[in-house]
Amino acid sequence: MKFHNRRFARAAAVTLIASLALTACGGDGGSTADGEGDGESLSITFIPKNLGNPYFDTSNAGGEEAIEEFGGSYEQVGPAEGSPDGQVQYINTATQQGRDALVISANDPDALCDAIGEARDAGIPVVTFDADTNPECRDIFVNQADAEGIARVQVELIADQIGGSGEIAFLSAAANATNQNAWIELMEAELAANYPDIEVVDTVYGDDDDQKSFDQTAALLQSHPDLAGIISPTTVGIAAAARYLSTSDSKGEVKLTGLGTPNQMREYVEDGTVEAFALWNPADLGYLAAYAAKALADGEIEGEGDTFEAGRLGEYTVGADNTVLLGDPFEFNADNIGDFDF
Amino acid sequence: MSILAPAGDAPARTYAAYARPFWQRVVLSREFAVVALLIAAFVYSQTQVDYFDSPQTLYYLFRDSAAILLLALPMTAIIVTGEIDLSVASTVGLTSVAFGMLSNDAGLPVGVAAVAAIVIGALCGAVNGVLVAYVGLPSIAVTIGTLALFRGIAAGLLGTESRTNFPDGWTDLAKQRIVEGQPYPVILLAFVVLALAFAWMLHFSTFGRGIYEIGLNDEAAHFTGVPVARTKAILFVLAGAVAGFVGIYTTLVTGVARAENSAGLELQVIAAVLLGGVSIFGGRGALPGVIAGVLLIGVIQRAMLLNGQTINIINIVIGTLLVLSVTAPRLLAPLQRAVSARKTARASDRAQDSAGKRSLS
Repeated sequence: MKFHNRRFARAAAVTLIASLALTACGGDGGSTADGEGDGESLSITFIPKNLGNPYFDTSNAGGEEAIEEFGGSYEQVGPAEGSPDGQVQYINTATQQGRDALVISANDPDALCDAIGEARDAGIPVVTFDADTNPECRDIFVNQADAEGIARVQVELIADQIGGSGEIAFLSAAANATNQNAWIELMEAELAANYPDIEVVDTVYGDDDDQKSFDQTAALLQSHPDLAGIISPTTVGIAAAARYLSTSDSKGEVKLTGLGTPNQMREYVEDGTVEAFALWNPADLGYLAAYAAKALADGEIEGEGDTFEAGRLGEYTVGADNTVLLGDPFEFNADNIGDFDF
Repeated sequence: MSILAPAGDAPARTYAAYARPFWQRVVLSREFAVVALLIAAFVYSQTQVDYFDSPQTLYYLFRDSAAILLLALPMTAIIVTGEIDLSVASTVGLTSVAFGMLSNDAGLPVGVAAVAAIVIGALCGAVNGVLVAYVGLPSIAVTIGTLALFRGIAAGLLGTESRTNFPDGWTDLAKQRIVEGQPYPVILLAFVVLALAFAWMLHFSTFGRGIYEIGLNDEAAHFTGVPVARTKAILFVLAGAVAGFVGIYTTLVTGVARAENSAGLELQVIAAVLLGGVSIFGGRGALPGVIAGVLLIGVIQRAMLLNGQTINIINIVIGTLLVLSVTAPRLLAPLQRAVSARKTARASDRAQDSAGKRSLS
């Protein structure tokens, strides 16, 4: 074996050290990136949770639209899988390139904080949207919808569809899913306060599993023959429930609404199984995030209480915890579902 | 080999130690090709890629590559024996979770939690080692199992939660530079120490020669007195312990202990090791090539990131490079055979000539 004798190893070590030393010399001679934007052409980088995700394709297209409106340059980079480690690399790179602002959907509330901190230390404002980091990490979070809005809109939709009275049930995700439980609690409070004729008869859990949600829907209809409506505040659940209803006798009889995505729900809206469902409009979310990034980069806003203009969406005010709320969830129905692809 | 020769009174050898001169053995090796490629990629990026020459580049390069660099050390030794360890990244995840919980929930001092995490990592490695070396199961099957098992335990312990409450002194240490203003993070010190230790073990010790022998032919190794099972078991335990150390480093440098930490990293480690010239069939490879392989992937990645390429393009480039590097010896083999065939043909011609003369006389 010719590789492991002393002379070879010594030579290899020398080569290696030489190459390291060479890289070191190169690194020291470099100049720092000139990072300050001139206000005329803002370069804004969008970092979604992962690339190739239709939801972020839609939201970032909204961001691109906004950036084109105010004449900046748009860039989208991100990891292939939704991992925080992957995002850190892109945040570091953008910091080095001296971008004027970053718009990030965080894969982890904590793991990105250091990288974001380095970007902010370099004078780059950081906006999170869709998924937030810890509030102290970033400058502003653009929130798609608050829990009250989500709960109220779903209750309004079901009440409208079943005519204000009857039995309804919830098809949720996992029994310990924090989001879903909070929404269901708020919906129950809303129903109790404003819709005395609507009775919640059951809450079942599909665990965000397509087959299980499908089976739970079947069981729900059997055990509650008088059921008038189902609210499923989870995209997996509502799609599975719609698939069951569309082939059952209850199609059109038992109303279904909740939170869903247009691509999953399109056929059920078109065949009449579902009248309307809710979700925020990701394009508006990206659009608003881009304007928030611009306002930060231009120094128009700094924190709570400041207001800024967001193009076609109008004026927004930064709220508590430096959050900007997009507004009530968006209602998708047969008239508008053709406009969306995510 | 000089170490094998008894000192002092051995008769002087009458044949050359090597078929080729020293410079040829260095320059024509697989390892040198990777080092040359690394230097070429670096010089190119330095001159052609915007922002690559900023001092941050090397810092991020080393910080992002540190985990792969560290894990590549024991991985090289394991692959040289002809085995593989797919569970290292899961061990990183598990030790990260263990470290986080021991220091956050159990309230142990960070130093104690760190030692415990390394011990847990070594235990994970011991599970692999016993199953592979003593039970005799194929390492690819065992470590695919433990890849799922260790990650599963980590997820079971912490679920989707995370632990983030680490003293600033420790998290800062993980990110600190050796000399302020220079691009070398402190983790490089740990790496250099470990790299020297592993280089000594692989290339300069009896134990290391056993590793290569096992990779070439483990039965022959057994009959020449190499403790095959023990050697393999020790290497898996070392891999686990290093993974434990990486788990601590990853936790401190990101500030977060999560079950998902470093998921999929094992493939990057193995890719870099193979790119560095280690044969997946065992018996061949050297650490300098592996280290250059890791850094080469790092440089290409950073340069392409700074150039604004998406991850998919980067993966295509690195994947192509890897496939080329693995197939290159195969593609070059017919050429080498042709050359050596011509040489032996000439040599046997000469031999026949002399034999003919002798029979005549």
